[in-house]
Amino acid sequence: MSDYTKPLPYPNGVSQPFWDAAKRHELHIQHCNACGTPIFYPREACSQCLSPDLIWIPVSGKGTLYSYTIAQAPTHPAFAEDVPYVIAIVELEEGPRITTNLVGCSPDQVTIGMPVMASFEEVTPEVTLVKFRPDQ
Amino acid sequence: MSIKGKAAISGFAEMAPQKGAGDITPLGIIANMAREAIADAGLEKNDIDGLLTGWALSDYSVLFPSVVADYLQIQPKYFNQVELGGASAAGMVWRAAAAIAAGMCNTVLCVLGDRRARARQMPPFPSIEAEFDAPYGLIAANPGYALIAQRHKHEYGTTAEQMAKVAVDQRKSACKNPSALFGSKEIEIDDVLNSRMIVDPLHLLEIVSPCTGGGAFIVTSTERAKDSPNKPVVLLGAGEAGGHSSITHARSLTTSLVKPAAEAAFRMSEATPQDMDFVQPYDCYTITVIVSLEDAGFCEKGEGGRFVEEHDLSYSGDFPCNTHGGQLSFGQPGLAGGMSHVIEGARQLMGRGGERQLKDASIGYVNGNGGIMAEQCSLVLSV
Repeated sequence: MSDYTKPLPYPNGVSQPFWDAAKRHELHIQHCNACGTPIFYPREACSQCLSPDLIWIPVSGKGTLYSYTIAQAPTHPAFAEDVPYVIAIVELEEGPRITTNLVGCSPDQVTIGMPVMASFEEVTPEVTLVKFRPDQ
Repeated sequence: MSIKGKAAISGFAEMAPQKGAGDITPLGIIANMAREAIADAGLEKNDIDGLLTGWALSDYSVLFPSVVADYLQIQPKYFNQVELGGASAAGMVWRAAAAIAAGMCNTVLCVLGDRRARARQMPPFPSIEAEFDAPYGLIAANPGYALIAQRHKHEYGTTAEQMAKVAVDQRKSACKNPSALFGSKEIEIDDVLNSRMIVDPLHLLEIVSPCTGGGAFIVTSTERAKDSPNKPVVLLGAGEAGGHSSITHARSLTTSLVKPAAEAAFRMSEATPQDMDFVQPYDCYTITVIVSLEDAGFCEKGEGGRFVEEHDLSYSGDFPCNTHGGQLSFGQPGLAGGMSHVIEGARQLMGRGGERQLKDASIGYVNGNGGIMAEQCSLVLSV
């Protein structure tokens, strides 16, 4: 048993490929074959045209920091030891935004618009979370 | 068919928020508020033939409208739960008006109450946010609004002092509201900026405090409302907007759904933001007020920080905003937090504002906001 106590994702059939890719340290998102829209979070229908014709594609893992907050108080009791930590929204190069943590960067050096790169953190034997770090 | 002018708020009741859980259940609060609001409108329980309510976090269950109807022993011809988070109370006003205008019922009790206590069971979190937000600590409202505030600072240069000013001015009004949870002492901008940083850039005094409380109001036809002991507060305009759940996937972090909601409300009312004698915008955080004032059209986009800096938002100021102190000083009793803005709007228009009564208040703007700026309902009310 893992002693990891923070909330974990519970993948379902549609989201499993995302977490499987993360485990291989790859970032995959969906792409709509009907209208070309890049899609995140995982869906069974395109967010624009509602087509069910979606495929998974690997993406660069590059993006920019869209917004962030430095949690000075834990947003969940299990994060208490991590304070201060950075909760962030990253805008991927391909377009979609993703919720994440910014790591490998002192909180006082975080700036909106900074280039970031996906960074994979194996938090349990089953789950690898997609975090981001500054892209030099 | 427009509902403009068809229905009015004819009475209300409001519980003074309590910091602790208190020795009362949410249903007990709802019953107290129902009794007082019915009496305030000059009605009997049997006059109530419509019911709108919303879940209590501390007594969450399915089929809550029937639970409330049973507890009050009323037999509504129209009843439902309004599930719009903090926008639920504002959403009740036009839903009640629409049901009345459609002939489904005559008089609707709108009631919410909640207790600051651990729940037997909690409402489940949306599954997509549980999977893609919660593992990173984006949980509940605080960090979501911090992400909005940080982006607003980045795009428009909004300052910490400007955000703090919202809490300072609203506190001045709270000091004239005997019911306010934090109404004993005025605060300065430095008090806000020196309060504990919770989720940067939001300090403790920029964040609502959960509490026990509740409120109710009665909506009836404008014609029937004339028999009420109170001046009828007529619904002139309403507008609603939604479209995201997680703030990460909102179309914009800084231009909110208040914009289409307010535009629709003002269009129906045929009034403009400049016509308003006061505003009661939902204020779960200081940044919420700044974004809402911009999107409702009281200032240009991005000018909200400067606007609150240049205007006195207190009851005695040139731009009265949340004259009950706002939730920031009044307290947030669950969904009933959003009821405080509706009730204060009605109170001012009825001329029952006591020491904080505005002179010449004949028309005002109320906004309800739920989730992370995800549910918006704007109202224009008038006497």
